[in-house]
Amino acid sequence: MKKTFFLLAAATALAGIAVPASAQGMDKVKACFIYVGPVGDFGWSYQHDQGRQYVVEQLGDKIETAYLESVPEGADAERAIERFARSGCNIIFTTSFGYMDQTNKVAKDFPDVKFEHATGYKREHPNVATYDSRFYEGRYVLGQIAAKMSKVGTAGYIGSFPIPEVIQGINSFMLGAQSIDPDFKVKVIWSNTWFDPGKEADAAKALLDQGADILTQHTDSTAPMQVAAERGALAFGQASNMYNFGKETQLTAIVDEWGPYYLERISAVLDGTWEQSATWGGMADGHVVMADYTNMPDDVKAMAEETEASITSGEFHPFTGPITKQDGSEWLAEGEVADDGALSGMNFYVKGIDDQLQQ
Amino acid sequence: MDMTQAIILTIMTAATPLLLAAIGELVVERSGVLNLGVEGMMVMGAVTAFAVAQLTGSAGLGAIAGLLAGMVFSVLFGFLTLTLVANQVATGLALTILGLGLSGMIGESFIGLPGLKLATIEIPLLSDIPFFGRLLFDQDPIFYTSIVAVVGVNWFLFKSRAGLRLRAIGDSHSSAHALGVKVVRARYLAVMFGGACAGLAGAHLSIVYTPQWVENMTAGRGWIALALVVFASWRPSRALAGAYLFGAVSIGQLHAQALGLGISSQFLSALPYLATIAVLVIISLNRRMTLINTPASLGKSFVPER
Amino acid sequence: MRIELKKRDSLSSLFSILSPFIALGLTLIAGVILFLFLGKDPVKALYSFFIEPLTEVWSLHELAIKAAPLILIAVGLSVCYRSNNWNIGAEGQFIIGALVGSVLPVVFHGWESPLVLPLMLIFAMIGGAAYAAIPAFLKARLNTNEILTSLMLVYVAQLLLDWTVRGPWRNPEGFNFPETRNFGDYAVLPRIIETGKAHWGFGFALIAALVLWFVMRRTLKGFEITVLGQSARAGRFAGFSDKKMVYFAFLLSGALAGLAGISEVSGAIGQLRPVISPGYGFTAIIVAFLGRLNPLGIVAAGLILALTYLGGEAAQISIGITDKVTRLFQGLLLFFVLGCDTLIHYRIRLVLGTAHKGSAA
Repeated sequence: MKKTFFLLAAATALAGIAVPASAQGMDKVKACFIYVGPVGDFGWSYQHDQGRQYVVEQLGDKIETAYLESVPEGADAERAIERFARSGCNIIFTTSFGYMDQTNKVAKDFPDVKFEHATGYKREHPNVATYDSRFYEGRYVLGQIAAKMSKVGTAGYIGSFPIPEVIQGINSFMLGAQSIDPDFKVKVIWSNTWFDPGKEADAAKALLDQGADILTQHTDSTAPMQVAAERGALAFGQASNMYNFGKETQLTAIVDEWGPYYLERISAVLDGTWEQSATWGGMADGHVVMADYTNMPDDVKAMAEETEASITSGEFHPFTGPITKQDGSEWLAEGEVADDGALSGMNFYVKGIDDQLQQ
Repeated sequence: MDMTQAIILTIMTAATPLLLAAIGELVVERSGVLNLGVEGMMVMGAVTAFAVAQLTGSAGLGAIAGLLAGMVFSVLFGFLTLTLVANQVATGLALTILGLGLSGMIGESFIGLPGLKLATIEIPLLSDIPFFGRLLFDQDPIFYTSIVAVVGVNWFLFKSRAGLRLRAIGDSHSSAHALGVKVVRARYLAVMFGGACAGLAGAHLSIVYTPQWVENMTAGRGWIALALVVFASWRPSRALAGAYLFGAVSIGQLHAQALGLGISSQFLSALPYLATIAVLVIISLNRRMTLINTPASLGKSFVPER
Repeated sequence: MRIELKKRDSLSSLFSILSPFIALGLTLIAGVILFLFLGKDPVKALYSFFIEPLTEVWSLHELAIKAAPLILIAVGLSVCYRSNNWNIGAEGQFIIGALVGSVLPVVFHGWESPLVLPLMLIFAMIGGAAYAAIPAFLKARLNTNEILTSLMLVYVAQLLLDWTVRGPWRNPEGFNFPETRNFGDYAVLPRIIETGKAHWGFGFALIAALVLWFVMRRTLKGFEITVLGQSARAGRFAGFSDKKMVYFAFLLSGALAGLAGISEVSGAIGQLRPVISPGYGFTAIIVAFLGRLNPLGIVAAGLILALTYLGGEAAQISIGITDKVTRLFQGLLLFFVLGCDTLIHYRIRLVLGTAHKGSAA
């Protein structure tokens, strides 16, 4: 009993002194990451781990990192986060939406540790920041390319789960396509999984069988790309560059680049300048990167590059009115631009999408 | 290839690994052994097949290696449950944990590499049959193996002496032993056959279905295979029907979604499971049939008395 | 050379105690080899795995949190397996229990009363039991094999939870993310002691284990369960009904799984979300058998398995191994424990020579 009391006291003391006051910098930082999937998923968790490795390369011996993979959301996540907080991590990145409440709970008890939660919206304590990427910016470019490249005017879209981020993506894709071909069609299949190569392949085949000739996906595996390659269709990569899985198939891919953000935030801890923030980075910040435009004629490539440039410069926003909702009601008037609040909770389709959302 | 053919082909691809793993487990259970480690053996087959295909440049060698990996892995289960008579249910589950971990370690360096695909073999003349020719006779070797396995196991169990002995062991290992049947040896062989089938089913995933390696890529298919054995009431032909029914409903629900019918995707995703339950209920209304087929000593350990 | 087993006349009490230690010893040896092979310090690794989680108070609380659902579910399952009912759908019963138990804090969230929590627990047990009643009914009345039905219903339960959380029960203030509103204070399962996180789920687990241990050991019901499990025919001669036993076993294990579900949601998570279990219902099957289907053994087994999860995380951080290595190591540990249990029932002899000799002797 005495011993455990001593240990508890020591732990509390450690937590108290391990991190110097935030105004001054430090010589070495320990950054810790929690992933929801295995680092070998070649998708979401893989890309976050690539970001971690990028920072290690950049900062060399000024950084020490640790990660836990395949951490289930819920009680396990809370324990994993707390374990990191107690093991001397200065900054902890929790990389799944489902870690939101757990991150905030632990942050309350460890005010000197910085917490960064990906894709969430709760920042209940000053040591919690949130970050996300504007993947929808890339989706708009994909939509435009799809409308140019599709012979039949129909794309197949494999969704994972109907959360706002995925719905933003579908809408943005559709708006991009409609800007080229107003009658463009998008068929949606929800796989109800982030990751099951077999099921994703089956969904891809079903979409092609029903007449789509271009595939895009918001699930993690490379299986749809392979299916498209086999059937001679075209496809877009997701999360990572999937060119190797379809050299004559991939048009481009939206690559999640977390490295620059991680470097920036971890450096801020080193300098003692870290502050709470809510970052929603896009093309302009280098968080959303388009893979090389391949397997398309030069004029399509030029168009894609032009759109990418105008989104990057801030000149153009994919959600610029006039935009009509699926039910025919007006959402944005001519020239009006959607605000981030409306986007981050998006739960409706724009006009023309041939699917219904659960309300 | 028209749309109907394409859909049937998709169903066949989805059903083949389920069928193979189920046929293997069916033989295991007919011998009275319950191996819940199908998922673990499958995932070991998947990673080994992918790795060997990458290293040798031959998907065919990969398939064989996957089969062997499943078999070797099943010997581990056999040693514990047959030699040391450890509890079969717990050992099978532990085998799955071990398999998921070990396959992840082996596969670490193969992530993100496009895989080799096992080539199809076109059977001359037969593949020219209108409509069915392309579907049935221009397929990959693992598909052919799955069909041969159904026919072969059916013949073995119900027409051969060795099969009769195996069923006798499954129904009462003590009586079979009293009659001089080598119970443990027969069960080892059955377990290894099950492992080989599961390994080959895993190989199908990583070199035919989706030629790539990613962790946990079996995604619960081993469990479905286990359920299919029960669904089949331990008869190979029904395992075939069950695997294709499950595959058909799984693919059908995706098409229903793509058509934009507006039915909740969760409900559609639940259909394969509900359909399997419903059909099994109908089958099991014929009570006598089920009882005859269920191996009576399933899951019970056996130690020869002397 | 081969291995020959000879049944002991009675269970070896010596090996009942020794076998876990032999298993541990073998695991340690295997662990040293494994970690040396991976180029990691084996002493540090094994310390992280088995000792470190036990050295700090917070970690002991986490151990209790992790073990609670495993024990609670496994204790119920032990009754099923002893009576020869193959319920492998506890995961689904866990989910439905959590779902039904959450009706009050989600749908009637305005109702704040000390009655809320007890009602939630009762609802959850009813929900879990009702869901388990489906395979029980199909088995008892229609003779449908329960392995398939209970397993398939797991997937259906997962999708039902998913649908509910994304649709009707979605938090109106949650930016359309799939989760319910957070439970109010009255709906949160209290902590056992105020200074630590462990909630009453662990208390329920211990109580359930003790009660069932008593039932199995000292009551006629326990005798009935064992007799029917060994032979339905013999049970019928003794005047027991195997059909009633199907219902009893399934409803009991379903209720306990449901209780585990609401305890996890109310005590540890604080809301419903699309995924609330990392597979407790399946892991509990191992726990049940590892504990030799004895409720008290299950408590020990649940704690040990929970320890390997916590230790696995500690080792991932302290020596930088991956999640896969911890799972491989967990699998090895289970193998050794299961294999060594043989010593309790059998004498093991290594026989030199050919296979034929033994059967002739």
